Amino acid sequence: MSGVRVLVGTRKGAFVLTSDGKRQKWDVGGPFFGGWEIYHMKGSPADPDRIYASQSSGWFGQVLQRSNDGGRTWEAAGNKFVYEGEAGTHQWYDGTPHPWEFKRVWHLEPSPADPDTVYAGVEDAALFRTTDGGQNWHELSGLRKHGSGPRWQPGAGGLCLHTILIDPRNPDRIFVAISAAGAFRTDDGGTTWRPINRGLVSQYIPEPTAEVGHCVHRIAQHRARPDVLYMQKHWDVMRSDDAGDSWREVSGNLPSDFGFVIDVHAHEPETIYVVPIKSDSEHYPPDGKLRVYRSRSGGGEWEALTNGLPQHDCYVNVLRDAMAVDALDDCGIYFGTTGGQVYASANGGDSWAPIVRDLPAVVSVEVQTLPRRSLGEGGR
Amino acid sequence: MIRVTLPAHLRTLANVGTEVSIDVDGPVTQRSILDALEVRYPVLAGTIRDHVTRQRRPFLRFFACEEDLSHESPDAPVPPAVATGREPFCVIGAIAGG
Repeated sequence: MSGVRVLVGTRKGAFVLTSDGKRQKWDVGGPFFGGWEIYHMKGSPADPDRIYASQSSGWFGQVLQRSNDGGRTWEAAGNKFVYEGEAGTHQWYDGTPHPWEFKRVWHLEPSPADPDTVYAGVEDAALFRTTDGGQNWHELSGLRKHGSGPRWQPGAGGLCLHTILIDPRNPDRIFVAISAAGAFRTDDGGTTWRPINRGLVSQYIPEPTAEVGHCVHRIAQHRARPDVLYMQKHWDVMRSDDAGDSWREVSGNLPSDFGFVIDVHAHEPETIYVVPIKSDSEHYPPDGKLRVYRSRSGGGEWEALTNGLPQHDCYVNVLRDAMAVDALDDCGIYFGTTGGQVYASANGGDSWAPIVRDLPAVVSVEVQTLPRRSLGEGGR
Repeated sequence: MIRVTLPAHLRTLANVGTEVSIDVDGPVTQRSILDALEVRYPVLAGTIRDHVTRQRRPFLRFFACEEDLSHESPDAPVPPAVATGREPFCVIGAIAGG
């Protein structure tokens, strides 16, 4: 029987949650790297026991961790992220030039084919790649230097590259998203890049339809239809049917179209999920009700999923990397909150239950769908 | 041998106890101590000093012999008691957070 391994990054360490295919009883492993911020953990699709973790600290900077045994043991990998050539400047919050300075790794995206190849999205925004299992990292500087970089400006969380999607049909096509610059695409493996933000409208920037400057919070994609992209922007839920060449709004009847996460059902490319948040100054759900919204039509029409979620006095946030789906049938949906809960649904969102309630604030959630043997003694 | 004490998180990262002892070639300075420390414990590279600028991280301080050496030149000789191993060179994490 298959099982799942949920990788949870928090403000004070990492946790590994395992269960069988029923996803009712869970083993909780961790904390790993206690006291450190774990912005993201992700396993290699080519070798699920290979997991990478971004470990950082305001005191001690960036550390990269790697596990070769499914998260039981870890070893430090390379942590040297150096911008290629002259770093140059981006815009600071007040519009003045500010030098590019590496701060942390926000997102790790292992190659679908090679466990030793991983992409890292970092703050200040840039894309790095390792081809030796994380020992050495090299910038794909064509992104930062394609021309619009000096106009990029940080969002409230910093100038971060937080989303990396590798086209499952064509590994040379990669999508990334940056707060607050927008979405970008390469079709040549990362050498050249171009903004893909046509159709985005952001009233909070001087030119609402500018080529860059949009605060994209997250992009999601279904493996079977990689040209269809879904986006949760600072405000607005968007959809593209042409690999990002153009976007249209699909916020529809959401109670708020502000939010951070967005994800796609593993087996239904038109079924998508968001968690509406009241506003950019009130980072909690509308009306104190934690509701996942599901659209079965690729956006536009949305239904609230509330069964098992707190429906009063709930004022947590769900951050941009904190939702994931498994590949079981029924599809499992997972998300973590800044209140330390990790909720799971084993039926596509119809009902929810907390796996854990009292972790440190959750920053990221990823899930691996595994054959039982990979779960080891800890998996049920 | 030069004695160096590390903050708790770096001890865990390097899998060492409260204090480590290292050999330092040539003049004993902050730079030569940290260079030797990073050679002995490569996992500490980038955690005390920035990889590129080699500057001390803002929330770390260097103390020895009840003196704050944080703003001394990295190439200035450390106190003789540190150079002879009688006193440790202390890497201290700022008390910050809440």
